[in-house]
Amino acid sequence: MAGAPNGGSASDDQDRLQVHAEGGHGAVPTAGVPIHEPGGPARDWPLWEVFVRARRGLSHSHVGSLHAPDATMALRNARDVYTRRQEGVSLWVVPAGMITASSPDEKDQFFDPAADKIYRHPTFYDVPAGVDHL
Amino acid sequence: MYGNDFGPKIDDTEPDDPVLLETFDRTIAAGERIEPRDAMPSGYRKTLIRQIAQHAHSEIIGMQPEGNWITRAPSLRRKAILMAKVQDEAGHGLYLYAAAETLGASREEVLDLLHAGKQKYSSIFNYPTVTWADMGAIGWLVDGAAIVNQVPICRCSYGPYARAMVRICKEESFHQRQGFEILNTLSHGTPAQRAMAQDAIDRWWWPSLMMFGPPDDQSPNSAQSMAWGIKRFSNDELRQRFVDMIVPQAAVLELTLPDPELRWNADSEHWDFGPIEWDEFFRVLKGDGPCNEQRIAHRRRAHADGAWVREAALAYADKTAIRTAAVA
Repeated sequence: MAGAPNGGSASDDQDRLQVHAEGGHGAVPTAGVPIHEPGGPARDWPLWEVFVRARRGLSHSHVGSLHAPDATMALRNARDVYTRRQEGVSLWVVPAGMITASSPDEKDQFFDPAADKIYRHPTFYDVPAGVDHL
Repeated sequence: MYGNDFGPKIDDTEPDDPVLLETFDRTIAAGERIEPRDAMPSGYRKTLIRQIAQHAHSEIIGMQPEGNWITRAPSLRRKAILMAKVQDEAGHGLYLYAAAETLGASREEVLDLLHAGKQKYSSIFNYPTVTWADMGAIGWLVDGAAIVNQVPICRCSYGPYARAMVRICKEESFHQRQGFEILNTLSHGTPAQRAMAQDAIDRWWWPSLMMFGPPDDQSPNSAQSMAWGIKRFSNDELRQRFVDMIVPQAAVLELTLPDPELRWNADSEHWDFGPIEWDEFFRVLKGDGPCNEQRIAHRRRAHADGAWVREAALAYADKTAIRTAAVA
């Protein structure tokens, strides 16, 4: 590619680059920007999902993910990335590949059984006037 | 935050299924969030990957101009703060790369595209940081503009991106305050310190305004992004919001914004400002900025120098896994 490493291609010089203030740190080109590299990348570290217990008495909640070669490094990196401001008192890291998820495609069938059992909710029942603490 | 609940391998050549997209349209219309495994138009996916990846690149390239001053910060307090800020930027990059991954773009892949110059980062980071006051100007103006840009993305229609932005925005507010504090100290210090602060504002003001992108009538992609709920406000709206926010703060600093046409408009109840030099913006974006080559060369070198660490860590993990399996 001609020009500076971060420069546009020669065809960009014909007309002004298409740019857009997308993303937070300011305007970047939006036209002619590829999103996949032919041939694919080298082997990356595995992906881990990170869960943080914000304080005692709460359950762990998913906060994000990161790449790390093994569980020990995943924990250390999770500490540095997700608890820099005392966001937690306990961390879990789970290999992303070990998580089994329901798929949005099967959403209707998968969650349908709950829809016709409204008698599971207290609001289903009529309570006569004057009955308290029920 | 991201829920890397990955969908099937993405085939960009596959046409969009109209039935599945009906659900997408309904979700967007209802103001609800799209999550990783939902069906989405390929254009939506591509736009988001490009936007999130280039946003992530901006965060990590943005570490360089500030990293430049860590060893020369004027006190231990300032040095510790600057290191914390640069570390935050690395974290922001990571949150965003993770969000891009939920769309099927691997982190290695988008980094390769950055190093090849095929994906870009914000042109603001192609300006040099020549004095300590530039740390103040970057925090106050550049991070200030970033916050104005980023706050609406907290409500972006794509869930993982929006969640990353919530976290980033919380952290950015410290960045802007520390920048303001640096300038406030300098501007009320010795005449030389005051002049240094004014000089930094003079250099960073216009590039900060350019961060919001070209005027609305020259921003062809905005309409589609707004329809998809990715972008909430136009470039010009956000720019005006930034100017209105900064002018009163500049008064407290007792520094002058370098625009003779800057004046309060009682009719519109906004600050009017002078024309922006877009030629400079496009020149820097194309590669002719003061630091384009230096920034990308440094990034490539850092990545190459770290290759042995990444490989060694993988080799160690592989070896440990084999030993653990043998014991079990």
